[in-house]
Amino acid sequence: MSTNLGGDILLRMRGISKRFGPVQALSDVTFSVRKGTVHALCGENGAGKSTLMKILAGVHQPDAGAIELNGRECQFTAPADALKAGISMIYQELDLAEDLTVAENIFLGAEPRGALPFTVDRRAMFTQATELASQYGFTIDANATVAELSTGDCQIVELLKALRRKSSIIVMDEPTSSLSEAEAQRLFAVVRQLRERGLAIVYISHRLEEVVDLANDISILRDGKVVHSAPADQLNIASIVHHMVGRELNEFFPAKSAAIGGVRLQVKDLSSDEGINGVSFEVRSGEIVGLAGLMGSGRTEIARAIFGVQPRTSGEIVLDGTPLNIKSPADAIANGIALLTEDRKRTGLCVNLPCFWNVTLPNLGVLGMNLIVQPAKEAATAARVGSQMNVKWASPHAPASSLSGGNQQKLLVARWLLAESRFMIFDEPTRGIDVGAKREIYALLNDLAAKGKAILFISSELPELFGVADRILVMRRGRLAGNLATKQTSPNEVMHLAAVE
Amino acid sequence: MSKLIRRLLPFASLLLIFIVLSIKRPETFFTADNLLNVFRRCSVNTIIAVGMTGIIISGGIDLSVGSMLALSGMAGAWTMLRVCGDNLTSSGMVAGTLVGTLVGTGSGLLNGLLITRLKLPPFIVTLGTMSAFRGIGYVMNDGQPYNVPNYGYLGNGQFAGVPVSILIAVLIVLVAVLVLRYTPLGRYTYAIGSNREAAFHAGVNVNGNLTAIYTLAGLLVGLAAMIATSRTVSAQPTAGISLELDIIAAVVIGGASLSGGRGTILGTIIGTLLIAFLRNGCVLLGINDHIQLIVIGAIIVIAVAVDQAARARSK
Repeated sequence: MSTNLGGDILLRMRGISKRFGPVQALSDVTFSVRKGTVHALCGENGAGKSTLMKILAGVHQPDAGAIELNGRECQFTAPADALKAGISMIYQELDLAEDLTVAENIFLGAEPRGALPFTVDRRAMFTQATELASQYGFTIDANATVAELSTGDCQIVELLKALRRKSSIIVMDEPTSSLSEAEAQRLFAVVRQLRERGLAIVYISHRLEEVVDLANDISILRDGKVVHSAPADQLNIASIVHHMVGRELNEFFPAKSAAIGGVRLQVKDLSSDEGINGVSFEVRSGEIVGLAGLMGSGRTEIARAIFGVQPRTSGEIVLDGTPLNIKSPADAIANGIALLTEDRKRTGLCVNLPCFWNVTLPNLGVLGMNLIVQPAKEAATAARVGSQMNVKWASPHAPASSLSGGNQQKLLVARWLLAESRFMIFDEPTRGIDVGAKREIYALLNDLAAKGKAILFISSELPELFGVADRILVMRRGRLAGNLATKQTSPNEVMHLAAVE
Repeated sequence: MSKLIRRLLPFASLLLIFIVLSIKRPETFFTADNLLNVFRRCSVNTIIAVGMTGIIISGGIDLSVGSMLALSGMAGAWTMLRVCGDNLTSSGMVAGTLVGTLVGTGSGLLNGLLITRLKLPPFIVTLGTMSAFRGIGYVMNDGQPYNVPNYGYLGNGQFAGVPVSILIAVLIVLVAVLVLRYTPLGRYTYAIGSNREAAFHAGVNVNGNLTAIYTLAGLLVGLAAMIATSRTVSAQPTAGISLELDIIAAVVIGGASLSGGRGTILGTIIGTLLIAFLRNGCVLLGINDHIQLIVIGAIIVIAVAVDQAARARSK
């Protein structure tokens, strides 16, 4: 409970409480941020991080408590108030206008005026944007359209927006969740630089490695309360996890028990129009094969080629000795292949439809409902696999949008459990979900392997690849750069293969 | 609570119209003749609106239904006259009915294929076919109608004392409810409308199902066209001008979302009846056509606004 941090306190949130209906989202939370530091906010999903930050941003008003900036009490009744006070938010889902240029985004709502009324001085906007960027050492084309930028560059644009507003506090919510390792490293350098210039950064992330690496101070929320707050050098990953979950996680990665059997999936010389070039590998029964690589290296594209989303242009896919001709996801599913996609909102769930419809969507055939759908039987089946996956829902009939991120992910996993696939691809299954749910997913991967499934596990997080996979494939520029037994390699070697030409 | 209000609001509005009209025009409104008349007129719109509901749930739209109605009716009547000359026989009328329905089906299929194979937005495709179908209808007889004097059974006949057109509409509504609720096609319609990419990744044959939805909607338009032709015993190339707006309005008033994934047949029926009784009420109360347009326009906006407000509150 120690909050006696030294240094200049820039922001102090004192005794904040907030209740939504029957749920006490925050109770008596005190949170202080020092000038020129990175303060990480950790906690499982639903611990209250977002609520606390939304109060800071003026989106919600607290039931009790006060916000002090530089020792002066402030009242934020609307997001505009917080912005004016120098607090900027960068949300996980960036809000940039995709069709506008970088400069236009940076100056959105505060465009330099032209000589004539109702006009914008585009040249001045461009020069000021370029100056602002170079002032902080960013190289970014202010005339580029945001839609053309990588996610990493979009983060930079968001930061520039905040810097243009002369913000003194920037809140970053899961900034690295969709960044490659290299882009993340670049972002960390930027964050460190901003800190050196005296800005305060509130940093929210599920990736504890980067939290420990980056933060000066760490506060941990659990069930709407601050359970621990201390300088980062007094904490390590194990102790943070301990505070987050409130119990000891001796072994973060569950021990694997599956026996590895014969070859199930053979991929031979696979190529696709999305840049995959002559990739060959095998996955055995009971084996979890990890797939590593930087963003854009072709990891997801391999999954898309095997699953028929972007069918292969050459090569062979053989499952249990039978060569498959997969032209669409429907073909892949019919042949016993499952793909849990990396983006559950875009390619996973129909969020406004009932949970059980989402579970049974690819499985009507398996359930013998090719001609006539039986909703009662469907709901019962979904409830069964749902409880097996420990999905927390009001009922199987509730819309999928009513579930939290982790539970939505479990819902999709339940879908593929029901499909009884022989070969399963999991593309970033733990992205943006909390520690507890992550562990459940790892345990599930082991269970599936123990049942003899062949599993391809794609991830940008090396620790989980090393914690879960038997073998690690490394992709670089559409080609397979390495095929390593986990026990005989190291994260350094994998990073090297992935990143170095 | 607000969900209940949202569901009941169209019913309540319909009931309100009933009550007001029953009080204001007791001797003309609540009579079997008047009600049957409204239902009979309504049957054509109901049948077309059922198909449109499927299309809108799938996230699409069909602007061509009015033109398709004219074209199908013209094709059906042409066939009758071709087969029988001026003296219509029942086999000629059956043949004509089949051809008219098939032309509707083919038109729907064409829409579906253009949308799925050329990957064009439904709005654009059906904007184009709206014009083209209308043009073909005009070309067929130089802009003149075809008169089919004996072809009155579908539109004006009775079966066991009930107007045939009403029977057909009720049957189609029942089948549509079952299809949407208890078949994979129905389920996939919702899934495609809710999130097309996710449906594709879940193995749904998106193109096949969309084509089927537009084709079935076309079939219903073709059938409705034959009922409309029968009611006036003539096929008019000008039939159904701006009909698509009434149909889309009915579906939307019934709670369907133009962004897809949401909508019910029951809602659509209520929406169709609401518009039909509004029209009927305006006539009985002596409100002129022009004012009717304003009233119906206002109702569409109010219905959707209330629906959205209730939805926002229930979140």
